[in-house]
Amino acid sequence: MADFEVPELKEYIEVPKYKDGTMAHSSPYIAKEKFQEPLGYPGELIENWEEKAIEKMGELKGKYRSFQVFLDACVKCGACTDKCHYYLGTLDPKNMPVARQDLLRKVYRRYFTFAGKWFPKLVGAVDLDKDVLDEWYSYFHQCSQCRRCSVYCPYGIDTAEISMAAREIMASVGVGQKYCNEIIGKANTIGNNLGLPEPALADTLEGLEEEVEEDTGVAVKFPLDQKGADILLVTPSADFFAEPHVDGLIGYAKVFHEAGASWTISSYASEAANFGMFIGSYENMRRLSLRVRKAAQDLGVKRIVFGECGHAWRVAYSFLNTLAGPFDFLDPNYPVPQHICEYTYDLIQKDKLKFNKTENDHMTLTFHDSCNVARATRMGDKPGGQFDIPRAVIKAACNNYVDMPADTIGEATFCCGGGGGLLTDDLMELRVKGAMPRMQALKTVTDDYGVTNIAAICAICKSQFTKVLPYYGFTMDQIVSVHQLVSDAIVLSDATSDDADDSGEEQE
Amino acid sequence: MSALSVTYAILFYVATTVLIVGLVYKIRLYAKTPAPLKIPTTPAPVTQTGVVFRMAREVVLFSSLFKSNKWIWIFGWMFHFALLLVLLRHFRYFVDTSSPIWFWVPLIQPFGMYAAFAMLAGLGGLWARRILVDRVRYISGPSDHLMLALLVAIGASGAMMKFVEHTDIVAVKGFFQGLLTFSIQPLPGDPVLLIHLALVAVLMLIFPISKLLHAPGIFFSPTRNQVDNPREKRHQAQWTVELEADGGNK
Ligand code: HEM
Ligand code: HEM
Ligand code: SF4
Ligand code: SF4
Repeated sequence: MADFEVPELKEYIEVPKYKDGTMAHSSPYIAKEKFQEPLGYPGELIENWEEKAIEKMGELKGKYRSFQVFLDACVKCGACTDKCHYYLGTLDPKNMPVARQDLLRKVYRRYFTFAGKWFPKLVGAVDLDKDVLDEWYSYFHQCSQCRRCSVYCPYGIDTAEISMAAREIMASVGVGQKYCNEIIGKANTIGNNLGLPEPALADTLEGLEEEVEEDTGVAVKFPLDQKGADILLVTPSADFFAEPHVDGLIGYAKVFHEAGASWTISSYASEAANFGMFIGSYENMRRLSLRVRKAAQDLGVKRIVFGECGHAWRVAYSFLNTLAGPFDFLDPNYPVPQHICEYTYDLIQKDKLKFNKTENDHMTLTFHDSCNVARATRMGDKPGGQFDIPRAVIKAACNNYVDMPADTIGEATFCCGGGGGLLTDDLMELRVKGAMPRMQALKTVTDDYGVTNIAAICAICKSQFTKVLPYYGFTMDQIVSVHQLVSDAIVLSDATSDDADDSGEEQE
Repeated sequence: MSALSVTYAILFYVATTVLIVGLVYKIRLYAKTPAPLKIPTTPAPVTQTGVVFRMAREVVLFSSLFKSNKWIWIFGWMFHFALLLVLLRHFRYFVDTSSPIWFWVPLIQPFGMYAAFAMLAGLGGLWARRILVDRVRYISGPSDHLMLALLVAIGASGAMMKFVEHTDIVAVKGFFQGLLTFSIQPLPGDPVLLIHLALVAVLMLIFPISKLLHAPGIFFSPTRNQVDNPREKRHQAQWTVELEADGGNK
């Protein structure tokens, strides 16, 4: 099936001995000029790139405290060495978080520290040259910016921050990554990562309305660019047609329908995922975020709700207010933005939604905490709401639910293996190997509890699982959207009686 | 005034200056560098008080390290808290222990003595990991081994004085109290003491230019010291405000 060895799933995750260079060959396509220049980067490796890269590094360490402190503070204690899914799956020692940081730190030390300038050998400082750059390009694209290492580091050193900075430095001297930069270009010009223009989007949504009506007999709407709607839904564009994403979108629409909410999608900001974060570019991340602000203003909405997407929720929850705020023109009674799970959960709490859970009885579910939701955001008022709320939504819609082992969920969750701008075919080997720890945990609950399906709230996770599940002996349709479960179990109150719930739950 | 006393006096003035100036420079740099985005590792406290508790748990208990690796935690915690006791015990060389505010200095003396062994044991454990565990060996450079060697040598020479080759403590105290008032008093010439002190000076000199910056650094780590409230309160840095001159946020 593959031209590389798929890791074997063991009883539990073993920390293997490292093997030098197993992934040295892995490196994504470099962005061509036409993808670089619109983002403000040179089209190819510039002439005096060494000098410019160091200059950029100096600039970044002046702009980001995280970068400066993390470069200085690491004591090489080794606590993070066995925490990265890419290390566990590939055994390449440069995929140990501290070793990944060191690829950049050794250059930082050479140019910016006393010890590195005078005693380079002693502290492992090296000059920046083409080999170092190539190594950066390879290994900083073997980090999904999942922040698992940062949970376990005694100083909270987050390798994701170092990877972002490294990618920003590389892009600024002309070595950007094709996958990310091409997508950012599409989102900047067309409004979403898939490059789906307004007419196609309108068509798709109309098709969905017909499909749902045929299915349920209820006219559930999928409004587009509706001025004066109360809620703007911003969702990853994969939700518009890929499986299982689109089933999630149908779920959101049914929830809105049941709540009697007036809502709309915007064709101008038809993308939740913000790839500006992956390439570490504040400016690009801001440019994309401003589209959401403009859409909200133009449509005159009162609230913004984000669909199921992990890194998107990080940018939305943690950064949107900073990047594109203040949102003083929206209804102050609601957090800006809200997650669709928060929205659905509130309705469940208020007893506004009815479910026929038996609709999902053919499945036993588990939940994959998406890394950026788990370790970079929150839902609800309480810390940890990002774990409890999606589970509460699943349990409201399903009877059979079990968690994967405790050291692989919650803040300890393993990344799907495809996050952080790595969800591209040219990194397939990395993606499959990096998924090993998650697949291992899934296998445990499959063997022990008969789990049949794994639910997620991230477009990247869903696409990644669709691809990698078969490598590990699962089937691609085992991954489901959380709102797909909601969609299948929700009882639409204006449905004709024989479609409606007859399990004895009282009607409103 | 012997040449020895003068040499050591100069050494300690220089080392102290480097330590203080270096640390002040680094701490100011950390404090001045903006953190433009909210990046606490979540679940994170939602109040400032919560952040103080989180940081206290990290600094006092090494709580993240506890989560990640029990061996490093045991050795690391043992080393650091023994070090703390040893350093507190050393206050007697610098302060007037008859003054009431220093009442605790004599009280901890007996514990401090044995702390030397705990410190050495902790360092030994950490060093063993560095050599025996393949992953930790891979990430260790010469400076990482030398740092441990330096601390072991300081601890061992100190313990030598305490338990084997006693030195004239009253004279040592006289010398260091003299330095505080810029008068150079005689320093005993015992080789073990001279080694101990020279190595301590080296430690002070490298502190602000080495990974020992983890001590001030931890307090400035944005993933640990930020409040999780980005939706409630708009977080901004000077340079991100300047970026908004294009009017996009209007
Ligand atoms: C705020 C104060 C400090 C905190 C919270 C702190 C915390 C830590 C932690 C969590 C580690 C990693 C675990 C370990 O290897 O022990 C560590 C390592 C280390 N610390 Fe500290 N530390 C502090 C102050 C100091 C000071 C003052 C020294 C200086 C002598 C020091 C020397 C070291 C060394 C040498 C290591 C590396 C040990 C190794 O090689 O494995 N620390 N520190
Ligand atoms: C200027 C600073 C220092 C001076 C004047 C000094 C002096 C001394 C003296 C005179 C002793 C012998 C105590 C006795 O016989 O009872 C001693 C012991 C010791 N020193 Fe230091 N020392 C200094 C700094 C340090 C530092 C920074 C460390 C650790 C990193 C350290 C670690 C020890 C240890 C472990 C012992 C043995 C246990 C004890 O007596 O507390 N010393 N020191
Ligand atoms: S952020 Fe995630 S992928 Fe990157 S080094 Fe850390 S654990 Fe590995
Ligand atoms: S856990 Fe933190 S301090 Fe320890 S080696 Fe990893 S990055 Fe460095």
